[in-house]
Amino acid sequence: MAGRTKGKSIALHTTLILASLIAVGPILWVVLSSFKPGYAVQSTEITLIKDPTLANYRYVLFETRFPEWFLNSVIVASLTMLIGIFFSATTGYALSRFNFPGRRSLMMVFLVTQMFPVSILIVPIYSIMSTLGLINTLPSLVIAYLTIAVPFCAWMLKGYFDSIPTSLDEAASLDGCGPFRTFWRVILPLARPAIAVTGFYSFLTAWGEVAYASAFTQTDDKFTLAYGLQQFVPQFNAQWEYLTAAAVLVTIPAGIVFLFAQKHLVSGLTAGGTKG
Amino acid sequence: MTTVIALRRSWDKHWTAWAMVVPVVLILAVLILYPLANGIWLTFTNQTEANQLAEICTKSITGGEVCRENPNAWSYVGFDNYVNILTGRIGEFWQWTGTTVIWTAAGVAFHYGLGLGLAVLIHREMRFRGLYRVLLVLPWAVPAFISAFAWKFLFNERLGLVNSVLDAFGFDSVAWFADRWSSLFVAVLTNIWLGVPFMMVALLGGLQSIPSDLYESAEIDGASPWQRFRHITLPGLRPVSSTVILLGTIWTFNMFPIIFLVTEGQPAGQTEILVTGAFRAAFEGIRNYSLASTYGVLILSILLVFSVFYRRVLRRQGEVW
Repeated sequence: MAGRTKGKSIALHTTLILASLIAVGPILWVVLSSFKPGYAVQSTEITLIKDPTLANYRYVLFETRFPEWFLNSVIVASLTMLIGIFFSATTGYALSRFNFPGRRSLMMVFLVTQMFPVSILIVPIYSIMSTLGLINTLPSLVIAYLTIAVPFCAWMLKGYFDSIPTSLDEAASLDGCGPFRTFWRVILPLARPAIAVTGFYSFLTAWGEVAYASAFTQTDDKFTLAYGLQQFVPQFNAQWEYLTAAAVLVTIPAGIVFLFAQKHLVSGLTAGGTKG
Repeated sequence: MTTVIALRRSWDKHWTAWAMVVPVVLILAVLILYPLANGIWLTFTNQTEANQLAEICTKSITGGEVCRENPNAWSYVGFDNYVNILTGRIGEFWQWTGTTVIWTAAGVAFHYGLGLGLAVLIHREMRFRGLYRVLLVLPWAVPAFISAFAWKFLFNERLGLVNSVLDAFGFDSVAWFADRWSSLFVAVLTNIWLGVPFMMVALLGGLQSIPSDLYESAEIDGASPWQRFRHITLPGLRPVSSTVILLGTIWTFNMFPIIFLVTEGQPAGQTEILVTGAFRAAFEGIRNYSLASTYGVLILSILLVFSVFYRRVLRRQGEVW
């Protein structure tokens, strides 16, 4: 595709710069606002930087239970990510390599689980959790988030495993590897891009979820960030300046996970998305 | 005896596969299939937070517990819940469904259209390609409730950036959330911003799987860029497209946080979609479990009918999926 004319090249870059601005703009505006004092956030005057201050951050970090919620969220999201990767990888591999009875129906169930609105599941899951004595604990959230993340991730990983030639499995089995060893030593390392996407997706699912968190946690030492932040949004007179600072702090960990995963996003999702 | 042998043989052959899926199947059975069955059963009752106990127990002075039957305990009501919802006696089912259809159609169409456009642009070799890609995918990394908040902030009537800009150019500020359509517009815009990256990345992956010699031979045959797009790119993307459009539709249909946090149904509940409307109808005040489940079953049914229909259309066009 070489030999693009100059005009076309300018048009291409202009479009992409514009699109990037739209993509980044809202985030940037929130970041800029988070460094302004309250009166500047509340004013209608447009300023990019006005009396920069860290007061909003100081308030959010030291005057609220933010650090505690942050820790809760990190625990919940990391556990969801690790367990989610493990379960979806084994399931995806089985779906991809073995033609066992129940395979097709399991694939169907995975698709159908995506259709369930939270409102139908939340009450029965709540009663199961309370039977198990898990209400107001972090594991209840991890388990609930796994039910959201694993079906999609297993589906995606199955597609990716499909794109890895089965001759590799056969070679490994000739070398005396059992199916679990083959999976663990040969296939899993090759699937790194897809694993990265899976991890990213599970982490984000757990990091940003509100409905289950509001139902299953009751005391404010167990809140996750997503739910705890609702405290800044009272019905009237929202504390926008604190909200902006909190939003930035919440987004940073997700952004870090994103930076690790983004290199793999395209190749990881490729095969996964194509072969449903 | 033969069945036992058949079972044994089947077990010997498939035990590795079953061992690998069994944890997931168990979790799904306990946390999704059982709640689903339970939820469907609830739709035929009038259970709420207030009447769920069959017995009311009170501590007596001697320390023992005295239980007697709850006079207002829940009971079976047949199809009453469905009738109440579908005839509009409770909630605004049909209005919410209409809004949901607009919301979903607009969201998915723009997600796909913009995602495809950007994927095609960014697929070619050029300078800063990696940088553009990171920037364009960035909204995906922002948790949905934060995006919702950011856009609500931008469109805030009094202090939002959008109105400030309108002011600066001499236009009147707009009370975005005072009108049904402008309110819905803001929500759809938020959702588009949020969902384009996923589509773009998925389609970019699809583009990379189309062999480049197809394009070369088409160019030699003198096909115009539009013809190449129409006859190579689009067909080559079909497997990805059919999957992501279906998933996108389902996800957008059930997308809770945007409407719930951005418009909050304003003005006067006119921008509720099914999931948010159902949530408010069933969970504000006394939690009405049976009503929530009935909405859930209705939503699930709509999506199931849609996906069966969708697959049939695809199959008619020769797609094996």
